[in-house]
Amino acid sequence: MGGSVMKPPVSRLAPVQWIRQNLFSTWYNTLLTLAVGWLLVTSVVPVFDWLIFGATFSGDGPGDCVGKGACWLFINQRLNFFIYGFYPDAEQWRVDIMFALLALSFVPQFIDRFPGRTWFGLFGLTGLPLCGYILIPGGWFGLEPVDSSKWGGLMLTLVIAYVGIIASLPIGVLLALGRRSEMPIIRGLCIVFIEVWRAVPLITVLFMASVMLPLFLPEGMNFEKLLRALIGITLWQSAYMAEVIRGGLQAIPRGQYEAASALGLGYWRRMGLVILPQALKLVIPGIVNTFIALFKDTTLVLIIGLFDVLGAVQSTVTDPAWQNVATEGYVFVAFCFWVFCFGISRYSQNLERKLDTGHKT
Amino acid sequence: MIKTRWIAVGAALVIGAITSASATAATTLENIKKKGHVQCGVTTGLPGFSQPDEKGNWTGLDVDTCRAVAAAVFGDAKAVEFTPLTAKERFTALQSGEIDVLSRNTTWTLTRDASLGLNFTGVNYYDGQGFLVSKELGVSDAKDLDGATVCIQSGTTTELNLADYFRAKGMEFTPIVFDTSEQTVQGFSSGRCDVLTSDRSQLAALRSKLPDPNSAVILPNIISKEPLGPVVRQGDDEWFNIVKWVLFVQINAEELGVTSANVDDMKKSDNPSVKRLLGTDGDMGAKLGLAADFGYHIIKQVGNYGEMYDRNVGPGTPLDLERGLNALWSDGGIMYAPPVR
Amino acid sequence: MNSQQPVSKPSGPKPWYDPRVRALVFQALALAAVFWAGWVLIDNTLANMESRGISTGFGFLDQSAGFGIIMHLIPYDATMSYGRTFWVGLLNTLLVSFLGIVAATILGFLLGVARLSSNWLVARLALVYIEVIRNIPLLLQIFFWYFAVLRNLPAPRQSLELAGLAFLNNRGLYLPDPVAQEGAGALFAICLLAVVAVVVLRIWAKRRQRATGRIFPTFRVGLAILVLVPALGYLATGAPIAWDVPELRGFNYRGGLTLIPELAALWVALSLYTAAFIAEIVRSGILSVSKGQTEASKALGLPNGLTLRLVVIPQAMRVIIPPLTSQYLNLTKNSSLATAIGYPDLVAVFMGTTLNQTGQAVEVVAMTMAVYLSISLFISLLMNLYNRAVAIKER
Repeated sequence: MGGSVMKPPVSRLAPVQWIRQNLFSTWYNTLLTLAVGWLLVTSVVPVFDWLIFGATFSGDGPGDCVGKGACWLFINQRLNFFIYGFYPDAEQWRVDIMFALLALSFVPQFIDRFPGRTWFGLFGLTGLPLCGYILIPGGWFGLEPVDSSKWGGLMLTLVIAYVGIIASLPIGVLLALGRRSEMPIIRGLCIVFIEVWRAVPLITVLFMASVMLPLFLPEGMNFEKLLRALIGITLWQSAYMAEVIRGGLQAIPRGQYEAASALGLGYWRRMGLVILPQALKLVIPGIVNTFIALFKDTTLVLIIGLFDVLGAVQSTVTDPAWQNVATEGYVFVAFCFWVFCFGISRYSQNLERKLDTGHKT
Repeated sequence: MIKTRWIAVGAALVIGAITSASATAATTLENIKKKGHVQCGVTTGLPGFSQPDEKGNWTGLDVDTCRAVAAAVFGDAKAVEFTPLTAKERFTALQSGEIDVLSRNTTWTLTRDASLGLNFTGVNYYDGQGFLVSKELGVSDAKDLDGATVCIQSGTTTELNLADYFRAKGMEFTPIVFDTSEQTVQGFSSGRCDVLTSDRSQLAALRSKLPDPNSAVILPNIISKEPLGPVVRQGDDEWFNIVKWVLFVQINAEELGVTSANVDDMKKSDNPSVKRLLGTDGDMGAKLGLAADFGYHIIKQVGNYGEMYDRNVGPGTPLDLERGLNALWSDGGIMYAPPVR
Repeated sequence: MNSQQPVSKPSGPKPWYDPRVRALVFQALALAAVFWAGWVLIDNTLANMESRGISTGFGFLDQSAGFGIIMHLIPYDATMSYGRTFWVGLLNTLLVSFLGIVAATILGFLLGVARLSSNWLVARLALVYIEVIRNIPLLLQIFFWYFAVLRNLPAPRQSLELAGLAFLNNRGLYLPDPVAQEGAGALFAICLLAVVAVVVLRIWAKRRQRATGRIFPTFRVGLAILVLVPALGYLATGAPIAWDVPELRGFNYRGGLTLIPELAALWVALSLYTAAFIAEIVRSGILSVSKGQTEASKALGLPNGLTLRLVVIPQAMRVIIPPLTSQYLNLTKNSSLATAIGYPDLVAVFMGTTLNQTGQAVEVVAMTMAVYLSISLFISLLMNLYNRAVAIKER
């Protein structure tokens, strides 16, 4: 830092100036500002009135919802169902542990200075699924087994999204490598696989997985409905994953491939030790974005009769005891998804910015 | 040469794998016994027939039919698991072996029986298609429905009956097809359609789900026959017989006056019919591949047909359906079961 | 090569160390594995269907369907075949995809530009819109538009109406339907002529501009031609179009054109959702055009609008087109969510009702998937062609 370096002039504007420059710079900007402002005032006030000021938050039953606003009491009373589905009350601590572990693994990722946060992240990718596999279905170490037909609500949504992303990662890597392979047949097969899965809507995939997969299997071989949905989602997701990872592989300069070959490494070592670590680091934001997409798409499982959080809400809003709570239910689900997705997308944008400065050639 | 040798090795591996892949088929009963429970396909929620509460406990007439099957196979009515299915999914789910028995108010028709690879085991509810209309429309007969918009559930026989009925009467209609009964009710209550059509029992159930049940009426017209019953896969007669006779046992029990309350006393009865029914005499169970006292377990844990009906859909329940056609043949209905003999 | 030694065996690396041999073997194995897996699947499926007595084959396509469909672009009634339901569903899918793509593109471009607006309020609002919409599942948004909006529309007998011609109620939007009378052919020809004239005018104007540098107001003149010529033609041919105005008969309005709420809700939800993604694509596309380009254009004295239209957007399009393609594909695939609200698209009609009435899941699902695959390949092909056309200019 030489003393001769001048700091840039501070460009702080007085509020009035700021307003003039950003809101009323030209006549059409003024018009636009006024129109948009009017729209905001007229729409935001009633919305907030409904959401908060006129809403009912607590009470004993449907009878307490008398105000003009939203009836959050309904959500309040059914919250247990929306989070755990039919999971037995006595065993819900297992799910709670998983929620805690999930938070422990990923919340540090948002805090830059958190010591050893990479390790927490790695635990999230490896240890967490293992814990989940032991804890949630049970049947190990004297834990009472809980059948997957009892899973539901937010917990099921998270399970589907998480398993989908973790399981599709290795398959996606293989497919991406295959698509960039020099062997024409392997490349062809991978391209066909990726393009076919990417072309079909998730609904048809889920439908096929849920009702037709057993037709494809030999007699007597059968999986649970949830497992079948997971298989379908994973295959579908791995095609998207492959394309993201392929982007990373393409971004690695040729020199890296050549250098690795020059060291005499074989194909798998070349890829595993030199190319993939760099490529995967590059595409973390992409992977996070596909995760967000998958997370939102998990709502589609309600079409095949699984009670994810949206399914759980939908099955309760028609309860005759509560009058017209559909909007509250949908707003609640929207809020849940929004918090998750917005948080994660912020994280991915941060990461993108950081990787951008660190790596561009 | 080298290439061909490798290919030969590969081919040998492949052939080996193929031959090891074909598995021997087990019967449905064996599979169920291995699993330890009966997998039963039900609706995603229809009061009176199959409806989960917040804890995932299912109740309803169709649910009880499944519980009776479990009681017959395992002597435990709780050894059953439920798979909620939409109307669309139900047959594929049964064909593919995902479920062992489909008990989802399914109408018995020739096409379904003959070309879907299914067998209907009997009728646990005699129904007919009707119409639910909003009171304020002032419609009292289906003849007045020309030009109406009709909400309907996808993948049902009602969809076909509706088209037939309106065509035969030379009337027009606009169908709005939903996936689940919840959405159908939402569509009806939000005013998307004038009429909701379905089996009359379902209409009673759906009406009870409306924010104000009294705002809608069920028209007197019945436009079709809808015999509803459990379904099993074709090709396994042993299992077909079991599911078929579970229902017959329940109907016979009602006829003989055996209920879940008096079944323990009835075990001491001298009536040969009751003795055969409860397994104190003869080997009726063994003929079906079940325990001798399978009838006793059904009645003890689930009850006879009448109990099952009254508990779930009968007068006093939200559905409030009279027995009507579903009364025993001896009481003016058409519920009639072959004798246990 | 190694002819030093008199050994007859081929030397060099052992065959299993030769990468080419390895590659061949590996590929042969992979191919064999795929064929084997495919064969096992087909074999299992056939065996399962055989043992369970499920009918197979495509014969069902000729049988009569027997159910009604609310919306059909081609003539359809319950006496027609299952094959016909396939086409009805397919056309409905294509219709909502097309409408959605058009609306999402327009809205997305507007939002993308708004995001970069110098007006702070507008830019913020666009940001809020994008962040809210794209982080909420589409299915939920479809439900919202369908059930929330439907509840707030009046019943048919209390319809909102516009001059006795257009009606809005919870059964849909009813519009007058043009019905061709005698002389409509001539009018149609006149309209076609007007369009051709505008195209020719535009080519001529471009050429003149290139030669002389003078700008011809193509847009204004073209618009005038497009409006005036058909209007005059309409009068000249003796008003050959009658309007079929919807009227309330019985329960509903009859006659006229109808936009059903299912289509409207799906269209709105798909467009709003996809527009949020397109806006981000457009924004990053515009930002990818280096500032020097804008400055150079300004230095040439081009006003803001022209700078955007002639300098920035053409260059940004190169960055925008590939991700835009995948958004279009996504929208088309997402249109299959129609089944949740009862819009009769391919999945709802064919993979839903038809599958259920016939029970032939394998055939029906295969046909449905083939359709989506073809649409996907077709859109990719179009976009690749466009991409190539744009890319060549760069060199």
